[in-house]
Amino acid sequence: MEISVAVNGTGRVSEVEPRTLLVYYLRDELGLTGTNVGCDTSSCGACTVHVNGESVKSCTMLAVQADGQEVTTIEGLAPSPDELHPMQESFQNNHGLQCGYCTPGMVMAACSLLEENPVPTEDEVREGLEGNLCRCTGYHNIVKAVLACSGQDVS
Amino acid sequence: MIPAAFDYQKANSSEEAIALIVEHGDEAKLLAGGHSLIPMMKLRLAVPSVLVDIGGVEDLSYINDSGDYIAIGALTKHRQLETSGLLLAECPLLAHVASKVGDPQVRHRGTLGGSLAHSDPASDLPAAVLALGGSLIAEGPSGQREIAVADFFTGYFESSLAEDEMLTEVRVPKAPGSSWSFQKFNRRAQDWAIVGVTAVQVEGSTQISLVNMGSTPLRATAVEDALAGGASAAEAAEAAAEGTDAPTDLNASPEYRDHLARVLTKRALEASGVS
Repeated sequence: MEISVAVNGTGRVSEVEPRTLLVYYLRDELGLTGTNVGCDTSSCGACTVHVNGESVKSCTMLAVQADGQEVTTIEGLAPSPDELHPMQESFQNNHGLQCGYCTPGMVMAACSLLEENPVPTEDEVREGLEGNLCRCTGYHNIVKAVLACSGQDVS
Repeated sequence: MIPAAFDYQKANSSEEAIALIVEHGDEAKLLAGGHSLIPMMKLRLAVPSVLVDIGGVEDLSYINDSGDYIAIGALTKHRQLETSGLLLAECPLLAHVASKVGDPQVRHRGTLGGSLAHSDPASDLPAAVLALGGSLIAEGPSGQREIAVADFFTGYFESSLAEDEMLTEVRVPKAPGSSWSFQKFNRRAQDWAIVGVTAVQVEGSTQISLVNMGSTPLRATAVEDALAGGASAAEAAEAAAEGTDAPTDLNASPEYRDHLARVLTKRALEASGVS
């Protein structure tokens, strides 16, 4: 069926099979491969994108459910191709990634968290990122990156 | 993992949704937030041939003060429950339990009605509504009916909703200022409870429910009776596994679940002011 989705600010009209998951629509149909498929069981959060500004796991949503909605992926976060979003910059500055596989989902979840809770405590960051798994960093630098991005001193 | 092919129908109102499920009978499933159904469809544990998407029925998303009770639209998302000022003031237990479901991404999509209609005995919100003693409104082709939550859960992933009915509203009694506790035990972040216990004081009596201790969420009636008979929290909690039928799985044996039920019930009672 035909769906119309505003992806990263651009209206996209596509013909999709109803069973197409949002993450495969983004990756295979639109070529937005920044969003990763990790566990494919709504556990790891690697596929996190924003739907109408809120973090969701795009492996657990059908593309047809996004019809008429606004979707933001990691590609749509930075203000321009030459710049990073402050959260991306904070991950870079605080060594919040190693292999990078979880990073797009982690950054999207972190942005959604700060949208809801602009100055979280460390515990709130850890709980807020409960839906995202990282197998490299041990989370400490990710948490630090989110706290720093919220304007808190992490030195 | 990709679900099996299905015919997708979008309903714009509860009337449209009911007409579609009447038309397609047991071939059809209602899709709300999809956070129970889509994983089951990906695993091919659910293979509906028609999916009726009610996610866009906006007039089923609300939290209203209706005098003695709070009326919650079936499509209200967990995130809305956990942040609702009305619920935090009048029924804080439900807001708290909603905040412990899954993770933020799940709570942005999952709905209260979806969780209840799915009737998973390992889910937190069905047990919370059961402890509160609320009721549910089901709508079908011949109108609506009210179902006491005590009569709603009939078996493993089964409810008393008829094939042509849809859950539209959840009513929970107000319990402002009452003591309550939710004890959820799991080993991994974002996981289902291995065992969970909800305790809440309603009009002078303590109401307790158990998560994942049988084929449905259960009221811990043996504990409630013991408390009514004058037992202490510690004494009453010893009866927590009575009348239950705890499942066995990779996480826990039935004996371990029985033990957890007793320990968590004692903690829940003490945290909700029963000594």
